[in-house]
Amino acid sequence: MRGSWLLVGAAGAALLSLAVLPTPAQAPASKAPKTKDGKPNLNGIWQANNEANWDIRPHAAYQGPVYTLGAAYSTPAGLGVVEGGEIPYKPEAAAKQKQNFTDRLKLDPEIKCYMGGVPRSTYMPYPFQIVQGTGTIMFVYEYAGAVRVINMGAPTKAPADSWMGWSNGHWEGESLVVDVTSLNDSTWFDRAGNWHSDALHVIERYTAIGPDALQYEATIDDPKVFTRQWKMSMPLYRRLEKNAQILEYKCVEFAEEVLYGHLRKQPLQGKGDSK
Amino acid sequence: MRRYVLSSLIALAVVSLMSAPVFAQTPVTAKPAPAAKAWTMPRTPDGKPDLQGVYSNATTVPVARPAYLGAKEFYTDEADKVASAAQASAGRGGGRAAAPRPAAAADPEGNGLAVHYDTSQFGLGGPTVKRAASLRTSIITGPEGRVPAMLPEVQKLVAEKRAYQQAHQWESAQNRPLAERCITWGFEGPPMMPVGYNSTLEIVQGQGYVGIVQEMIHDTRVIPTDGRPHGPSEIKRWMGDSVGHWEGDTLVVETVNYNPLVVVQGAPLSDAAKVTERFTRIDADTITYQFTVDDPKTWVKPFSGEYNMVHIDGGLYEYACHEGNYGMANNLSGARATEKK
Repeated sequence: MRGSWLLVGAAGAALLSLAVLPTPAQAPASKAPKTKDGKPNLNGIWQANNEANWDIRPHAAYQGPVYTLGAAYSTPAGLGVVEGGEIPYKPEAAAKQKQNFTDRLKLDPEIKCYMGGVPRSTYMPYPFQIVQGTGTIMFVYEYAGAVRVINMGAPTKAPADSWMGWSNGHWEGESLVVDVTSLNDSTWFDRAGNWHSDALHVIERYTAIGPDALQYEATIDDPKVFTRQWKMSMPLYRRLEKNAQILEYKCVEFAEEVLYGHLRKQPLQGKGDSK
Repeated sequence: MRRYVLSSLIALAVVSLMSAPVFAQTPVTAKPAPAAKAWTMPRTPDGKPDLQGVYSNATTVPVARPAYLGAKEFYTDEADKVASAAQASAGRGGGRAAAPRPAAAADPEGNGLAVHYDTSQFGLGGPTVKRAASLRTSIITGPEGRVPAMLPEVQKLVAEKRAYQQAHQWESAQNRPLAERCITWGFEGPPMMPVGYNSTLEIVQGQGYVGIVQEMIHDTRVIPTDGRPHGPSEIKRWMGDSVGHWEGDTLVVETVNYNPLVVVQGAPLSDAAKVTERFTRIDADTITYQFTVDDPKTWVKPFSGEYNMVHIDGGLYEYACHEGNYGMANNLSGARATEKK
């Protein structure tokens, strides 16, 4: 008896859900609040909540590169953010990633406080803020104080390559689409040494999936390094603290010893790991 | 370039007709030139004055007024400016010290940054840079026109610090000045001051926030205007802790909680420092920027300043200071090599 009532109830719910589903011709209801000029309102302080900065691929937990830091600074397991799980490296590029990983203490640009580039800045474990202007949209990243201002007008061309690239944006329905070019070859995708060349071209999409969450997609194209285009995607979450704000992580002073310590007059004694 | 110089001279002439002395921190009201087309304040979708765009805050107005000008706060016109400088120069036998020095000569840490590069060599100085017209004799306002004296104990501290720095300057990266370390440039403030080159900034306004990125070392301020209080005083910051609000059409920003290593006009700021800035758009191309620095533990009295920033067409480029800091390693390895000789 009870079972059949449940069944009827479930059928009713199914019918009901069919009734409220938008017909294909209708645009899906907006998930984002709107600005006063009718654009999806992406203003806010956002942060990824995943393990992509350690390795964008699926990975089990593993020991960190500095044994003395033990469990506190080892790598948490992560399901990965690469669609399909695998990065389509050319064979020699895959070998370079492995070498990068081996030498990561020496090579990882994050250790040196270099700006994270795109897309890595989006999912480093620090918040970033979107200040949505009318002709421009500012992205301010806490890590290294990196910033880029997205041009929403007629696309312009970069004068030179840079760490944060050259961003031209436009709206496609509910999505902010940003075309990022002229990125230099000095940033990585993560701490695992996943890398790209200066031929990198990133197309980003930011789409609200609720008032406090965005879906982030980055299409990666770099014919020097990969056999085909590939895509990463992840949700980004709004920092809901009432007093949330971007603080300073001007990390130069934390990287000076690792970069210039060997050039000191008096070596620092008994501080940190000498390796 | 020549065409631009000409048009800026015309602009100067127009402004000189309409400009009246404005005292420190008096509210600025937008006054279009009578001859110009009626200008109305552009507004953002949520009704605030629209300050957005790329601006140059380069100026030839010096921070401190040349002593020979006394209490004269404004030149009467462009000819007066030229004549005053020539007169002073002749009176002192043509000495270089008599000529008005550009604000770029401000050298907060005494480390010779003003001559770091020959900016004309890179097309970054002189007529290649757009500047807002000004008949001010100094950025610092008021009859004295200069930063007041530091308290005696602060003067002593600054002298000691400088002597220590000079004696140990090549020992490690941490002994180098903040600008050379790419931590702060010393001009991003607040108060934001003109820089020797790349004196450009971009303003973006989102709901409840005003973002300002300054080209020099990409320092970015995100100023909340949603009525929140300052953050905890435990969190000291290189650019301070700014909150803003609108007073009529003027954006007013108050900043506290400075990192004690921050230097403004040659003096370290204390935990009592408070800087107030006022941004007022006065026409299609110009924002008047006013500031008051109040730090009773550093200077004998507060001081105020004012300059105009002018809209420019160009975008900002990335100034990756730290990432390209080859000079740091080269200088230190040079010092180590010298010691071995």
